[in-house]
Amino acid sequence: MRLSLKGLVPARLRRWLGGAPGDPLFHLLTEVVALGILALLAAIVIVLFVGAGEAMRAFGPRFLTGSVWDPTPPEEFGAVPFVYGTLVTSAVALLLGVPVSLGIAIFLSEQAPPWIRTPLTFLVEVLAAVPSVVYGLWGIFVLAPGMRDTVEPALQSVFGFLPLFHGTPFGLDKLTAGVILAIMVIPTISAVSREALLAVPDSQREAALSLGATRWETTRLAVLRYARSGIFGATILGLGRAVGETMAVTMTIGNRNIVSVSLLDQGQTIASWIANNFTEAQPLEVSALIELGLVLMLLALVINVVARLLVLRMFRVAEGVR
Amino acid sequence: MTFHPMRFLIDRDARRRLKDRLAQVATFLCVVIALIPLGSILVTAVARGAAAIGPGFFTDSLPPPCNPDVTPNCPTGGIANAIQGTLILVALAAGISLPVGVLAGVYVSEYGANRIGRSVRFFTDVMTNIPSIVIGIFVYTLFLELGVLGWVDRGLVFSATTGAIALSTIMIPIVARTSEEALKLVPVAVREAALALGVPKYRTILRVVLSTARSGLVTGALLAIARAAGETAPLIMTAFGNPFGFQGLDQPVEAMPRIIFVYGITPFPNWQALAWGAALVLVLISLLISIASRLVLRSRFSIGGVHR
Repeated sequence: MRLSLKGLVPARLRRWLGGAPGDPLFHLLTEVVALGILALLAAIVIVLFVGAGEAMRAFGPRFLTGSVWDPTPPEEFGAVPFVYGTLVTSAVALLLGVPVSLGIAIFLSEQAPPWIRTPLTFLVEVLAAVPSVVYGLWGIFVLAPGMRDTVEPALQSVFGFLPLFHGTPFGLDKLTAGVILAIMVIPTISAVSREALLAVPDSQREAALSLGATRWETTRLAVLRYARSGIFGATILGLGRAVGETMAVTMTIGNRNIVSVSLLDQGQTIASWIANNFTEAQPLEVSALIELGLVLMLLALVINVVARLLVLRMFRVAEGVR
Repeated sequence: MTFHPMRFLIDRDARRRLKDRLAQVATFLCVVIALIPLGSILVTAVARGAAAIGPGFFTDSLPPPCNPDVTPNCPTGGIANAIQGTLILVALAAGISLPVGVLAGVYVSEYGANRIGRSVRFFTDVMTNIPSIVIGIFVYTLFLELGVLGWVDRGLVFSATTGAIALSTIMIPIVARTSEEALKLVPVAVREAALALGVPKYRTILRVVLSTARSGLVTGALLAIARAAGETAPLIMTAFGNPFGFQGLDQPVEAMPRIIFVYGITPFPNWQALAWGAALVLVLISLLISIASRLVLRSRFSIGGVHR
């Protein structure tokens, strides 16, 4: 330990505060605060487990397999419809968001003339600065009517035979929530993918170009292949954001506790169900909602740790080559 | 050479050039696709929000619901309670999270070349990715359990205090990470110069390193504040909302993002207009802070939180 207890003797306090012995105290102060952050994270996990305890004891593992949410006694709570809604909306978000984000990343790192890269990168990043609730408000007033009147009828006229697009276009549904999420994950996925592309050593590009490859062939064969674990990590990071997103989804998903295949039906996600019911629930239901929150957090944590490891590995490989 | 569609069937190089060009157009279109919603949000917020922002917007409270197209003299009202609440919540949260976050950043950057430092950085990153609604549940449950134990008043669960704690829990990891990045940009030579003059390490950090990294620290603080000002989900189960303005730290309090949610989903046109007014204010604040941080800070903070 660098901390010297001699310095804590009061008689020496004045000299001690003015001179070098202040070092161990400041070191200790910053270390305690930094460890406090770890304690805070631990506290979050522990408190959620304590809060969810009542529901865990009452339902055990059938909480994760049940699809009934009924607060009238005898109470019965199951998580399936919300996990389903979260997975479906996140899948729609990635399906729409990843190609666009990848296109943005390729354009900004490989294709665009240098003078336009910085301003466009900034503009895409601004998408991340818009608060979630503003996306939700925009979703209600602009996106949902557009989806209801044009996009969804058009989808039905082409793909109407698929069960995915059955039902009456309503505007506030899983598809609209997925589209909003797609917009919200674009800045995350494109920023990290772009960094992954920028980390590809130029020797890769030069090798492809010297063989006579066009710029697109260079990108496809030499750059994208090299950066694939970084891009995959970026996608998973985007998934992490989509899974935990609350307000924009709550305001656009239509909020009905049903499991249905059609994207044009309303639904619920874990986060939207918590946001809608938390303040009106009875004690056991609150505990069940806390358990849902715990499920959501563990989902987000696993997703993020996986993404981080993928991205770090990609950068380590890239640095090894240089 | 004249253009003929059949050429691509036989001329392989022409086909490759065409593909190259198409790829360029397609990737550019992706950028355009992403910027359309941004433009639409900004235009709608300005168009609908500006209509709501009148003289009473910053001083009045929630009006009775009505439709200005149907009811004459339908009051526009204002969101004074929400503006006041957000200012109080964000100020309290900044008061907690800025010192904590900066000190943690100092530890990781200046003393953290060890296992503790690395794990603090890793778990701080992990914390920035916890969904904000989970943070709300955490603070709610914490105060509920403390209330059951009798350590705090049970009414404190829905209050400005819990709201501020929830927001600071969201801000702390952001401030810690951005501070660490800002401090790492300070050249080692600056530290060595101070140390060579016989300045103790802690004074070097406090007087020289922190002030050299000032602009980066301010940027990180502003980004965290912008994030906290727009957070809604954790406030639903903590600050709770209050139509009367601030009534003390132990009472519920309103916040701007919360009224965007609550008024936005009502069918009353004058309430919806207030939601758009609040949205415009929030978007402008976020936009200004993004631009300012971009101007102040040339270094790149990646949005995904992944750093090399």
